[in-house]
Amino acid sequence: MTWSLVLNVAVGGILTGLVYGLMALGLSVIFGVVKVVNFAHGEMMSIAMYLAVLAFATLHLDPLLMIVPVAAVFFAFGYLLQIGLINPFINRPEHSQFMLLIAVALIIVNGLLMIFGPDARDAMVGYAYDSLQFGPLLVDKVRLYGAAAALLGSAALFAFFRFAPTGKAIRACADNYLGAQVVGLNVKQLYALTFGLGTACVGAAGCIMVLLVDVTPTVGTAYTLLAFVIVIVGGLGSMAGALIGGVLIGLSEALAGLVMDPSAKSMVSFALLVVVLLFRPQGLAGRRA
Amino acid sequence: MMLEIAGLDLAYGDAQALDQVSLGVPERSIVAIVGANGAGKTSLIRTIAGIHKPRAGTISFRGQDITGLPCHRVCDLGIGQVAEGRQIFPTMSVQENLEMGAMLPRARAQAKAAMAQIFAMFPRLAERRVQAAGTLSGGEQQMLAIGRCLMGQPELIMFDEPSLGLSPALVQEVFNAIRKLHDSGLTIILVEQNVALSLAIADKGYVLENGRIVMSGSGRELLGDDRVRQAYLGL
Repeated sequence: MTWSLVLNVAVGGILTGLVYGLMALGLSVIFGVVKVVNFAHGEMMSIAMYLAVLAFATLHLDPLLMIVPVAAVFFAFGYLLQIGLINPFINRPEHSQFMLLIAVALIIVNGLLMIFGPDARDAMVGYAYDSLQFGPLLVDKVRLYGAAAALLGSAALFAFFRFAPTGKAIRACADNYLGAQVVGLNVKQLYALTFGLGTACVGAAGCIMVLLVDVTPTVGTAYTLLAFVIVIVGGLGSMAGALIGGVLIGLSEALAGLVMDPSAKSMVSFALLVVVLLFRPQGLAGRRA
Repeated sequence: MMLEIAGLDLAYGDAQALDQVSLGVPERSIVAIVGANGAGKTSLIRTIAGIHKPRAGTISFRGQDITGLPCHRVCDLGIGQVAEGRQIFPTMSVQENLEMGAMLPRARAQAKAAMAQIFAMFPRLAERRVQAAGTLSGGEQQMLAIGRCLMGQPELIMFDEPSLGLSPALVQEVFNAIRKLHDSGLTIILVEQNVALSLAIADKGYVLENGRIVMSGSGRELLGDDRVRQAYLGL
């Protein structure tokens, strides 16, 4: 095994990890503010993947061009889902929120099965097998473009929460719920916006993901779990943590595939989760509760 | 009357928190609501603010029925609150905390000017504007809570236990600030366990016990009342 091979695999893993990070960011933002774990997160992403595949198959639109429209549709979807379905469950015990979102996930999976059938689909863009050479480093174009788009999306979200008044108001709700009510923030609306932003993230991630993997109706469940692992490794409720966790999991998956066996990649991710829970239960970037 | 409350009932499950509470707050007055821990003072404030929904009764502000209105609508009418325990946003900076007070439609346009005013009023906050609010001392957090409330351009401010956990010197400072706000034309509702101090600056006082108003009168009358002196002042 040469060093250049390890380097190539590692860089590929990090780039994939950035896309994972954008996906997990959605889960993290929703959990950090609304305190609801979106157990339909990966399933929602599979909808976005199908939308991108469909747009590519019918209109030959590059999945990366679909990021903005899909994110916009997903924002509206998440907003309405929060107002209509999730808000009544906000003050209920966690297990009933869990049941609600598992139900949403099941509906999505079976809806996709009914519409698209069980076969895998993909979007074979013209540059699917192209790569760029930087010295000894050979980088897939899809991975590089995808990671750049994911980074851009994450940066936009970070900037929104840091500088936009509405973004600050959402942080205020997460910081002190009663305090937000006291100053007269419209908490219900801000929660819906947050859920919309979280689903927009996962929608954008889905568009990028079709460049890297095939989509089947059942692919989402694994990604829900993956997003969950990433967010716990990075630190629940920490936005930077979601990105760090994503990169770490992407990297560990890639290296596990190289050193052991591609099918062992999930095992290594879960091992990482166990290690983090043992030694730093609040996550890498999380604050101690 | 600026604020009029009639027959207000509030319950948490089976526990009755407010029982037929009626009271009036005239424009530009200071009204003190005193009582022991658990008497229902905070429940009353939060019901007026729209955080709790009453089971019965009405709340009207300048003749408009505001019962059951959500809290962001109540705030936007000019009813501000300095809440028990300050309720600042600990991980956000002092300046961001103040900005959050001016998110109301009524206050957005004046936010810049208001912040300059508040920094002039509490220079300590200006010095610490980029610091996380959670790292401030208790007294500074109370100043921040007052400043944040003022950012919303309130006409009526409800203070909930503003002296709690502060040193006597700081308590005096907070009460001075309240008096100054009153002098500048604001109407004040003051909820306090510090009965002597709050009745001394109040135009009118109400005594709350087990969710019921058991006594009312001018601040001076209540201070002179034997039952009040025995129960709350230990005299």
